[in-house]
Amino acid sequence: MAQMTMIQAITDALRCELRDDENVLVFGEDVGVNGGVFRATEGLQKEFGVDRVFDTPLAESGIGGLAVGLSLTGYRSVPEIQFFGFVYEVMDSISGQLARYRYRTGNTFNMPVTIRSPFGGGVHTPEMHSDSLEGLMAQQPGLKVVIPSTPYDAKGLLISSIRDNDPVIFLEHLKLYRSVKEEVPEESYTIPLGKADVKREGKDLSIFAYGLMVHESLKAAQELEKEGYSVEVVDLRTVQPLDIETIIASVEKTNRAIVVQEAQKQAGIAANVVAEITERAILSLEAPVLRVAAPDTIYPFPQAENIWLPNYKDILETAKKVLTF
Amino acid sequence: MGEKNLKQFDPAATLASIENNFEMFQILNEEGKVVNEEAIPNLSDEELIELMSRMVYTRILDQRSISLNRQGRLGFYAPTAGQEASQLASHFALEKNDWILPGYRDVPQIVYHGLPLWKAFLFSRGHFVGNQVPEGVNVLPPQIIIGAQFVQAAGVALGIKKRGTADVAITYTGDGGSSQGDFYEGINFAGAFKAPAIFIVQNNQFAISTPREVQTAAKTIAQKGIAAGIPSVLVDGMDPLAVYVATKDARDRAVRGEGPSLIETMCYRYGPHTMSGDDPTRYRTSDIDNEWAAKDPIVRFRIYLEGKGLWNEQKETEVIERAKEEIKAAIKKADETPKQKVTDLISNMYEEKPFNLQEQYEVFEAKESK
Ligand SMILES: Cc1ncc(C[n+]2csc(CCOP(=O)(O)OP(=O)(O)O)c2C)c(N)n1
Ligand SMILES: [Mg+2]
Repeated sequence: MAQMTMIQAITDALRCELRDDENVLVFGEDVGVNGGVFRATEGLQKEFGVDRVFDTPLAESGIGGLAVGLSLTGYRSVPEIQFFGFVYEVMDSISGQLARYRYRTGNTFNMPVTIRSPFGGGVHTPEMHSDSLEGLMAQQPGLKVVIPSTPYDAKGLLISSIRDNDPVIFLEHLKLYRSVKEEVPEESYTIPLGKADVKREGKDLSIFAYGLMVHESLKAAQELEKEGYSVEVVDLRTVQPLDIETIIASVEKTNRAIVVQEAQKQAGIAANVVAEITERAILSLEAPVLRVAAPDTIYPFPQAENIWLPNYKDILETAKKVLTF
Repeated sequence: MGEKNLKQFDPAATLASIENNFEMFQILNEEGKVVNEEAIPNLSDEELIELMSRMVYTRILDQRSISLNRQGRLGFYAPTAGQEASQLASHFALEKNDWILPGYRDVPQIVYHGLPLWKAFLFSRGHFVGNQVPEGVNVLPPQIIIGAQFVQAAGVALGIKKRGTADVAITYTGDGGSSQGDFYEGINFAGAFKAPAIFIVQNNQFAISTPREVQTAAKTIAQKGIAAGIPSVLVDGMDPLAVYVATKDARDRAVRGEGPSLIETMCYRYGPHTMSGDDPTRYRTSDIDNEWAAKDPIVRFRIYLEGKGLWNEQKETEVIERAKEEIKAAIKKADETPKQKVTDLISNMYEEKPFNLQEQYEVFEAKESK
């Protein structure tokens, strides 16, 4: 075992899969010599050669189309979109093409593609570099959407995503790249997609979160413990499809829940989780299920982002409303 | 097939003949000598001095911006040194009412077009006031999505054409940007509508770390205009006179109703891609850095102007001192701008707030008044 940051765990996962499956290809803008702007692909071109790890011309739509075409010829693509805010440039390849191939060819062609991309706020990027757009992706049938919150999860989930025979959007929170370090096995291992993880057990309230908000939720849970509340924190890990079983089991245990997302409140993952809970476990609930989310503006200009982004204090406030309902 | 038929059907030769037509247009060579006497533009002495002053000023602005960034006082910044001729000599060919659709590196042009410097600093800092362009200044905030400005330039140019004014829309991207679908759509639309647009590709040889050869099999980016049916030229982007002439020519034709043009300026960025962690030594050798430093636009223009008796050390020092003072004052003004609030951002979303934003406005108003 070695201590790894999330970015190292991601590089390690890519290395494992490039080594173990000759059909795996890694490509995108600046992923070669430069090792990616965040160094996620550091050293991989050197180790596996330019045939397997290569820079593309600057065009996200081209990158998406390449992944479709390479799937049709038997390859397993792991393209990088440099920042997920640029996804609009490749929306047709993702939603119009990748997500539909299996379906429209009557289950004869499939798209084993994992699109990796950094996203998320708090690091003062220019516009379009920090947006949380997982809700947009989750709305597209045919895709899976995975968001790890720890280095260990990142490696296992990325390997599973690459091995998955359907397209996966794998989103890496910018602020988590280097802020958390933990033991990560050097060998290959998988964590199943579509499985949430109880990051902290509790009896009085369930907090459902993903990405950076898992850490804010854990912080809030610690604070609440000081006040005598036992709070469970469930990391969704895959936001589409949801792990309904784990979510409902948690709610049935605690009878109270809040859902936290960094994304804007409107039409997001949290709304979906709330809907599933109320449809399936309304009789277990002792309070309304509330959401903590960012306000419904475009992602803010950097100077205002720290107040805009949800944090553990917002979570505390909402948690107390539900706990004292 | 006989030899004759082969000649009629030789796509490779067609390509070669097109590519070979794209020789680099130059007036001043690296030593500041005129190599193309007939092409010298009709600029007055004052205009030549003004263009030089802007280039020197911009070099200082770049240096100060880099150090302000390092002190944590600026925010996002994309260095411009090496691209002064490409940026400022192309801008010099414009008129006041022309529209500029810049990329993130094209701050100098929009400042000279009327965006106050303190606002440019606020743009860097990520404050929306930096994107509030004064009335009557036809400038858009720097585009972050590479290529988006190209399609929009076609739209602005078509609007200008429909209004019947004698203006143009100019837009800038880089060698990397020329790979985007939006690049092709922009030049093609403007061509199809014969709209008065000027498309500039500043080929500084790299898109972050990716060298120009990776972007395209085409020998030049300029030749891409041929497919869109628009006049296109490859110019020495380190030569202010050549850049000026190429842009002026494109503008004259656009205003005469002859449609858009594409200009590729061969240049170099001396610094990192941006100040956000890029390390050029990972992808560039000092040999190539040195090769381009020898082509410096300010050095060659200085030699040329000194030869004409139009420039000297004292003039240059004056510009440098003025730049430093104005930058200081602009930073001060940027510092004095009230902090941006989430309630401001909420108010900037729609003409009228829907219920969710109204509610959220109240929440943040309470938070912000604490
Ligand atoms: C649509 C989109 N994709 C990717 C990026 C990230 N990015 C910013 S600058 C850049 C390279 C641009 O290179 P080039 O067009 O040559 O311009 P230069 O920076 O060299 O001036 C990239 C890939 C972006 N801003 N927008
Ligand atoms: Mg470039």
